[in-house]
Parts: sequence; structure tokens; C-alpha cells
Amino acid sequence: MAAPDAMLADIRRIAGDVADPEIPVLTIADLGVLRDVRAGDEGIIVEITPTYSGCPAMNMIKLEIELALERAGYSGFAVREVLSPAWTTDWMTEAGRERLRAYGIAPPVGKAGGRGALFGADIVACPQCRSTDTERLAEFGSTSCKALWRCKACREPFDYFKCH
Amino acid sequence: MTSISPSNAPLVQFLLRRADDALILGHRLSEWVGHAPMLEEEMALGNMGLDLIGQARSLYQYAGEVEGAGHSEDDFAYLRRESAYRNVLLVEQPNGDFAETMIRQFFYAAFADPYWRAMKASSDPTIAAIAAKSEKEMTYHLRHSAEWVVRLGDSTAEARRRIEAAISRFWPFTGELFSSDELDASVIATGAAIDPDTIRAEWLATVQSVFVRAKLTVPTSTWMHRGGRSGQHSEHFGHLLSELQYMQRAVPGAVW
Repeated sequence: MAAPDAMLADIRRIAGDVADPEIPVLTIADLGVLRDVRAGDEGIIVEITPTYSGCPAMNMIKLEIELALERAGYSGFAVREVLSPAWTTDWMTEAGRERLRAYGIAPPVGKAGGRGALFGADIVACPQCRSTDTERLAEFGSTSCKALWRCKACREPFDYFKCH
Repeated sequence: MTSISPSNAPLVQFLLRRADDALILGHRLSEWVGHAPMLEEEMALGNMGLDLIGQARSLYQYAGEVEGAGHSEDDFAYLRRESAYRNVLLVEQPNGDFAETMIRQFFYAAFADPYWRAMKASSDPTIAAIAAKSEKEMTYHLRHSAEWVVRLGDSTAEARRRIEAAISRFWPFTGELFSSDELDASVIATGAAIDPDTIRAEWLATVQSVFVRAKLTVPTSTWMHRGGRSGQHSEHFGHLLSELQYMQRAVPGAVW
């Protein structure tokens, strides 16, 4: 099957617009979960990568991509999971970070890859009042990718999207 | 439903050993869901369990691919007999109290974090990819459990009594993490894996630095339990499997 660039771009846009089921203000393109759309021997291949190994949203994302592409009239494609390179928050788009903040989730701070000290402290700004007088309540939050923090200035608890 | 007998090919067995460590520890953590001492820990224990079960899935999928006998991740997880599981004895030990669960997690994470970091250099690209994901996750497990070790160690007399008892209980299970046999050696020789004993010094340095901070003493005893890697499990393991395998045994082939 010939797959002109315009068609691949269209598929990339449709697949990329699928919302993350757990953080619906972000699309999978914003998150960097959509890795590649290309023409393979047996049709179009859409590659996605999990944020965390146990991410329970992957099956849902795969289904949503399939449904979105079918609605747009595409067939003969396969959605595949790839593990390498390992997903990182560095791939999150600027627009995605701003949408996260507006949604009340502090976006990841800094670049991944640097290994923090075992007892190191991150400085995370409150997504509500922007104060950096905040403290971590728990390393783990409502999903694997988030931690639970509290702002000491406005007293609001908030989720922090961990730098990963 | 019959049980499956995986291939004895070294790479398959090597992958099952690592996958079983992750699955069984993840299962133990999942037992806390609904029982954790507070909501934040409920989420932490559940999330750590999820990470480990995710790592196990990737390793089982690859083991099935290498084996080429049509076994799925679920077949490996649910349809083996007790003696076919190859996890270290540390991870199958019952949760005990919160201090015991945290020490077990700390001992494992202090090993798994540097282990997977080193395994990113595996000559096998799939193993290297799984290692890269696992390392990132184990960094959180290490940080989280280390903070609890400090909080419990440098705390009230009761917390201290419990964490000291937990250390005594789990210390003799740590040696098996660094062990390897001929099967491992044949995989290590191909460059697909590293010798876990090369992680020992870093593990001990992490344990020492956290214990100093927690005002705890590192045990000096060198006698260690062995057996999990060859399928000889503790008496607790059958009970764990009866829970883990219950649904597939009661309703064979059940799917979501």
C-alpha cells in the first residue's frame, strides 16, 4: 500500500490528538507517548510507548487510537507498543506543560536523566498561586506519573507530574 | 487446567528469574491495598506494585518470544507449579508489619536500581530496553523505602524496635540477590546480562549510608538463605500462589 506523506501526517495528527485517559487535558502527542507513524510492509504502523512499565492506560490508548483512525476512514493499520527509548518527561511539549498547570497539576521540573540524590529535594511551584514554598506529602500520587504535594503559601494540595 | 513447563533454555530461565522477582514482590505489595496505614501509603504501595508487575509483564512477554512455544505472559504468571517459579526467597516472604514491608522493599530496591542501570548495557536490545524503564522506576522505590527506613529508625522506641526486628528477619534473605549459577553464567557470558555480584558493593554502600542516617546497625552475619533460584521455596510461597492463581484455576482461561 502506498502511503503518501500527507496521509501519514493525517494519521499522526489523528492518533496524536487522542487524550490521555488519566489526564484528559493532555493528548498522547503532548505526553510523548506517540512515538512514530510509518508505513510498514503490511500497512501503517503506529508506535506508542508506556510512561511507566505498569501503566494501565496503554490498552485504553491503543483502543482509542484504533477507534479514532477507523472513524476517520482508515483501515489496515496496527498500533504497537515499543519500550525503547524509555519514555521521559523531557518529551512533553511546552503546550502540554502549560495545559497541565492550568488543570492544577504542576508540570515536571528540570530535565530527566540527572540522578537525584537519594534524599534530594525538588523545588516545585504551586500550580495555583505559583509559590515555591511547597512540600512533598507523598512520593506517589493518584497515578504512577504523579506525586502528591502541598503548597504552604495557599495551603492547597496539588499533584506534581514527576520528572522521569 | 494443566500447568505449563517452560523451556530450560538459559535465556528463558534467566528472564523468568527476573520476571518472577518482580511479579512476586509486586503481588506482595498488592496485598496491602485496602490495608495500608494511611492513604498516601496505600497509593505508594499500590503504585510500586504496579511498576513491578509491569516490569514482570515485559520480561514474561520477552521470555515467551525467546522460548517460541506460544506461552503468554499470563501463562507464565498463572500456570506454573510452585517449583517452576524462580524468584529469590526475599520477595515471597509475607508482608509482616509496615516496617517489615519497607525493609524488604529497601533491600530489593537498593539492588534492583543499580542492577537495571548496569543492565542497560546488555547486548540484548530488548533486555536493555526493559532495564532502562525498570531503572527509572526502581529509583523511586529506593527513595521511598529509604526515607521510611530513616523515619522508622530515627524515631520512637516502638518504631525502632520494629525496624530492627525487620532487619534481623530479612537480612539473611539478601545474599540470594547476588548469587548466580551456571545457567546465569552462560547468559552473562553472552553479554546479555551482568553478574549480580558486581552490584554487591554498591548495594552495601547504599544500605550503610541509609542505616547511618537512620541510626541503625548493618548486620554482620554472612549466613544466607538460598533456594528460590532453583525452585525450592519457603512454606509461604504455596499460600501466595493459591491466591495469585486462584482465578485461573477456578475459571480456566478467564479473561477481562
